[in-house]
Amino acid sequence: MNDTPDSEHVLTIKELSIAYEPGRYAVNDVSAAIRRNSITAIMGPSGCGKSTLLRAMNRMHELYPNIETKGDILLDGQSIFSMSVIELRRKVGMVFQRPNPFPNMTIYENVVAGFSLNDIRMKKSQRDDIVEEALRNVALWDEVKESLYRKGTFLSGGQQQRLCVARAIAFNPEVLLLDEPTSALDPVATSKIEDLLGELKKKYTLVLVTHNMSQAARISDDSMFMYLGELVESGRTEILFTNPKDSRTEAYLTGKFG
Amino acid sequence: MKKELSDNIGRRNRANGWFRSLVIAGSVITIIPIFLIVGNLAVKGYRQINLAFFTEPAPDTFQAMMAASSGEIIPGGIANGLTGSLLMVLMASLIAVPLGLMTGIYIYENSTRRYAAFIRSLTEILQGVPSIILGIIAYLWIVKNITRGYSALAGSVSLTIMMLPLIIRSTEETMRMIPVTIREAAFALGTPYYKMIYKILIPVSFSGLATGILLALSRILGETAPLMLTALGSPAISLDITRPVSAVPLLIWDFYNDPNMVNLVWSASLFLMAFVLSMNLLARSVASKHKYI
Repeated sequence: MNDTPDSEHVLTIKELSIAYEPGRYAVNDVSAAIRRNSITAIMGPSGCGKSTLLRAMNRMHELYPNIETKGDILLDGQSIFSMSVIELRRKVGMVFQRPNPFPNMTIYENVVAGFSLNDIRMKKSQRDDIVEEALRNVALWDEVKESLYRKGTFLSGGQQQRLCVARAIAFNPEVLLLDEPTSALDPVATSKIEDLLGELKKKYTLVLVTHNMSQAARISDDSMFMYLGELVESGRTEILFTNPKDSRTEAYLTGKFG
Repeated sequence: MKKELSDNIGRRNRANGWFRSLVIAGSVITIIPIFLIVGNLAVKGYRQINLAFFTEPAPDTFQAMMAASSGEIIPGGIANGLTGSLLMVLMASLIAVPLGLMTGIYIYENSTRRYAAFIRSLTEILQGVPSIILGIIAYLWIVKNITRGYSALAGSVSLTIMMLPLIIRSTEETMRMIPVTIREAAFALGTPYYKMIYKILIPVSFSGLATGILLALSRILGETAPLMLTALGSPAISLDITRPVSAVPLLIWDFYNDPNMVNLVWSASLFLMAFVLSMNLLARSVASKHKYI
């Protein structure tokens, strides 16, 4: 593969290794590519490095001290390590395990937080449009349009998580990273988020970390299975789930460990 | 077997009852002195509190003696102490609040670094230094070398050093309560580091920070010992920071030393206590109003 922009793949991970301490790799020599407008699920048992890999895609892993990164990740052919993190994180948004709306901000302010925190000034009407569009995209508009100026933390957990998705997509990123976005939610809220992800992939590329295999099977197009920092197997979800090549993948999928 | 069990339950219930009464008795014993102090100050001090008490400087011995001998209330008030206290507390806050917040944030953000740990232990030591020693330090630094005489500036410096560890500790402890996920959310939006601090960390922890600052203020408002060696006291209202000024606790000491002004001791103490108390209440209401974490 060369460095020319690749229209099918948004993100290309090349021989990526990440160590939190010298010599102890959380992610070990991973190469993979993420298809545009698809949902890619990264699965694996706890501690297999799936979150670290996800966080590397917008360089959130650099928040940990003494991190060591080798290899490269290309976003539309350009190395993310040569971009400014600000620019990168604007193109690659993120949703976390626990809903984390800014507690000092209203629902409205939370949606446009990405703009206000980066000093991007806009007319009020422009901001209103962005808020409405983002909240409609996450199917939250009808539930909160009367209470836009209440604090985001008044919402239920599932609503808060959708608000966080709205905050991430208000910037119109190319890629949206989701780190176990439903693990803190009840089944009803989970199914709403899953429906939402199916809608969002029409506009964005989604990468999802999950340790819920049935969730990966339900909503993802591609799957990656990680074990002890290595990418064991990756490919189309229906193939990986029905006909895994590696015995470790099969063992995980059949519940033998993890 | 059954009998043993029921015996056991009876004993445990009795022990529970005993312990409960012990705890209640303990809390009653603790609050009795508070009521006695407030009651005493109120009964003895209320008569002197009038408009002049706030607008006029302290009387001299002769005026007080004349009033006392004719059974009238003592003329004059604590205006010189009040202005001096406000001046010094204001100056101390202007330095200690920004410096303390920044240091507290630094320690919190770099808690794994040795330098930050070192600063934190220094802060703990500073908090344990008796206030009279801070007065001596400010005397050496400012009174001897800068203002070349007792001054409000020297008083402010000693109060600043007192405030700093209080604010640093409360800032750090408040910041610790903010979930890491909130910081991550800000970074994931491409927020620069400094903006994450002043648009997320500080507003989110506002109630804790404000409470810490107000409690530090109420703590230094009543401080007397360091001011004796620095601000000295002054019979006149003065806002010149290079000259001696009075302060409410210094006035209380002066009144105490003058047999003719004993009544003013009660009034000034009542006022100081009420002021500090309202500061604490204010801190509470701020804390509950802007509480996000």
